[in-house]
Amino acid sequence: MTKLKKFASLMALGACFVTAQGYAAGGGGSHMKPADIDPDNVASLQRGARNFMNYCSGCHSAQYVRYNTIGKTLNLSEEQLTDNLMFNADKTFETIQTAMPAADGARWYGKTPPDLSLMARARGADYVYNFLKGFYVSEASPTGVDNLVLAGTSMPHVLWELQGYQAVNFDKHENEDGSVTTTFEGFEQLSAGSMDAEEYDDFVRDTVNFLAYIAEPIRSERRKLGVWVIMFLIFFFILSTQLKKQIWKDV
Amino acid sequence: MTEDDLDRNRRHFLTVATVATGAVGAGFVAVPFISSLKPSARAQALGAPVEVPLGSMQPGEMVRVLWRGKLVFVLRRDEKMLASLPDATDQLRDPDSEVVEQQPDYAANATRSLKPEYLVVEGSCTHLGCAPLEDFEVRPAEGWGGGFFCPCHGSKFDFAGRVFKGVPAPTNLRVPPHRFVRDDLILIGQDTGAA
Amino acid sequence: MARIEAEVGKPQGGLMKWIDDRFPFTKTMEHHVTKYYASKNFNWWYVFGVLAFVVLAIQLLTGIFLTMNYKPSAAEAFASVEYIMRDVEWGWLIRYMHSTGASFFFIVVYLHMFRAMLYGSYKKPRELIWLIGMLIFLVLMAEAFAGYLLPWGQMSYWGAQVIISLFGAIPVVGDALVEIIRGDYAISDITLNRFFALHVIVLPLALIGLVFVHIVALHEVGSNNPDGIDIKKLKDESGKPLDGIAFHPYHTSKDLVGIIVFLMIFSAVVFFAPEMGGYFLEHANFEPANMTATPEHIAPVWYFTPYYAILRAVPDKLWGFILFVAAVLLPVFLPWLDRSRVRSIRYRGWMYKSALTVFVITFFALLLLGLAPAEGAYVMLARIFSVLYFAFFLLMPFYTAMDKTKPVPDRVVYHD
Repeated sequence: MTKLKKFASLMALGACFVTAQGYAAGGGGSHMKPADIDPDNVASLQRGARNFMNYCSGCHSAQYVRYNTIGKTLNLSEEQLTDNLMFNADKTFETIQTAMPAADGARWYGKTPPDLSLMARARGADYVYNFLKGFYVSEASPTGVDNLVLAGTSMPHVLWELQGYQAVNFDKHENEDGSVTTTFEGFEQLSAGSMDAEEYDDFVRDTVNFLAYIAEPIRSERRKLGVWVIMFLIFFFILSTQLKKQIWKDV
Repeated sequence: MTEDDLDRNRRHFLTVATVATGAVGAGFVAVPFISSLKPSARAQALGAPVEVPLGSMQPGEMVRVLWRGKLVFVLRRDEKMLASLPDATDQLRDPDSEVVEQQPDYAANATRSLKPEYLVVEGSCTHLGCAPLEDFEVRPAEGWGGGFFCPCHGSKFDFAGRVFKGVPAPTNLRVPPHRFVRDDLILIGQDTGAA
Repeated sequence: MARIEAEVGKPQGGLMKWIDDRFPFTKTMEHHVTKYYASKNFNWWYVFGVLAFVVLAIQLLTGIFLTMNYKPSAAEAFASVEYIMRDVEWGWLIRYMHSTGASFFFIVVYLHMFRAMLYGSYKKPRELIWLIGMLIFLVLMAEAFAGYLLPWGQMSYWGAQVIISLFGAIPVVGDALVEIIRGDYAISDITLNRFFALHVIVLPLALIGLVFVHIVALHEVGSNNPDGIDIKKLKDESGKPLDGIAFHPYHTSKDLVGIIVFLMIFSAVVFFAPEMGGYFLEHANFEPANMTATPEHIAPVWYFTPYYAILRAVPDKLWGFILFVAAVLLPVFLPWLDRSRVRSIRYRGWMYKSALTVFVITFFALLLLGLAPAEGAYVMLARIFSVLYFAFFLLMPFYTAMDKTKPVPDRVVYHD
């Protein structure tokens, strides 16, 4: 019975992990497209860093991230770093601060633009990717736009020049009990931006790639180190099993 | 060799090999923990080099700055101060700055500085660390040519930070690494390369 | 073939004699290590005790280094964790080892407790070992709960808010108790500071003391084994149990293998999946605590969810709390609920085997249900499995007495 129980327990454990994955996923729903980020793609990270500093850092800080950390991972010389990515900082050891005072941000937008150091870790890369692609025209909003992923967002469509503007199509279905189910049908391009759909997609993906990177800069290094650790432990395992067998020979 | 002997040898070899591997593993594990005690990126950022603009300094004026939590004096020596330096030589413990640890190579000279006009020294008495006071007034009657005086135990230093004989302090005041970014700007905490 | 006797511990002249004259070093080594005899037929269920010890050591070591850089104030806590992750050299590794260790502590402890249920390790004369063990389990839960507040993330704050509010359900003293725990009118900087004191000093000291006493109690009686046989009944001429082998070098060498396998799994998580899909490091905790915005989905960390599911299954605040506490405490009574004449499941009848199987399924089901939102079919399922959970314990006096057992052999079952 013990062997069967062991098998059953293992199966149950496996089933748990598989089924439970669903519970951990954040909000957004089935219309969320996967971001497909590529955290080891340095060229993409460089573009993403450029995008972040030029479009995001005007309002959003990344207060836990140091420029010199970015410089190292992105293979940038100190000059490249200072010239291209550092707008309101002097020294490369400084952290990414926004020039917008927090109180002003709260006054202008109703809410201080949040720090983005950990956004990709807190909400997931998919969330951020779909958020940046999810702005649509909305007359009710003070900024003229709303967002499919975060309804009622106070953020304007910062990237409108690149993406252009789009309208959203919702299908409103009345249920038997009188409640209304709203389903997202799709977006409709209203005005063109300087980038076509594919170019904008790449732009957003690079940016999300960069945000995922700054959420955990050590990721790449930890995985590399992990390989060595496991290899050492395998060697240690082999030795210890041989020793155990030798000692237990007379039992 | 009997089977028992072979077994014993094999067991001994495996034990040594396993223990050795374990020790190596323990060493590997120790590295991150000990390293984490080193100054962090934030400490290094806060301990970054400090700029001292010289433009408004008059001859004979001294400026105090903090670098890595330590007090540093930047003294713009006037003619009289510079002239007094050779006179005190035989009253000094280490007139030629032979104790290597107390200054970088470029400050192991007669004026203990890159440029004769500007002295850069740590304001920490080499006896027990008190901050020496300015004592620039020349008092020929006492045989005092001017310099620094430490109030804690009476150590005395000249206008190049060199320690006098017969006082508790053993060595000259320390010269920190520094360089001239421009003629009117000193960077304390760095002596070569880019910022 | 000659049985190997460890050379360690033989009294020698010189330094060892000087020490032994003043301190029971050799005596202790012999009594607890080199001449402590345990059964030769331990299977891998028996490795979880030493693994729990290893995890405790990992948590203590990593914990010490974390406290060197962590700031226990509401204003600085969250930032100090990011400081450790980014600015402190190797800080990220120390942090991940600690967060992974917390989850693995519970995996190991649950499996360790399950072993006792398989082989009747809580039955006479080992009831006290079991009681001390249950106390360790309770202290461990408090330690984990206090520790989880420290990062001061959204989940830290709101998880603590929910659980501490639970105590308000206690009639008469509830509200005062909640205020005493918090030290303030709401969870605040004050609460954080005292939870830091609990997590870093009070509870670890208690844990270390209890583990020590746990092992002393075990060694007083001797270890059980998968057949539930008392190996001390049959001894050879020199007084050694026939089925016993010295802890060192036999069990130490075997445990080393187990420890290395554990470290491989542990390292795989630390280096490749420290978040574990949001179960070991919850996503919401990467946002700093915000007292005005509750996250969408508050759940305790996975190791508490079986009991949380039971709490939520009851539609009454007070009774939910009572049953929640009862669910945690019921295993304490196992030595007396279990009426079977045999210890090990190997010699029990179909009733106990079925009951234990149902219990395992129930525990996992409650774990998953506690993670899910309390909606739809999940509500009914949680109620069903809660009933099954309590049934396992409350009906045990009956089905263990009625169960047909097999004869227990004199000697342990051992295959090379």
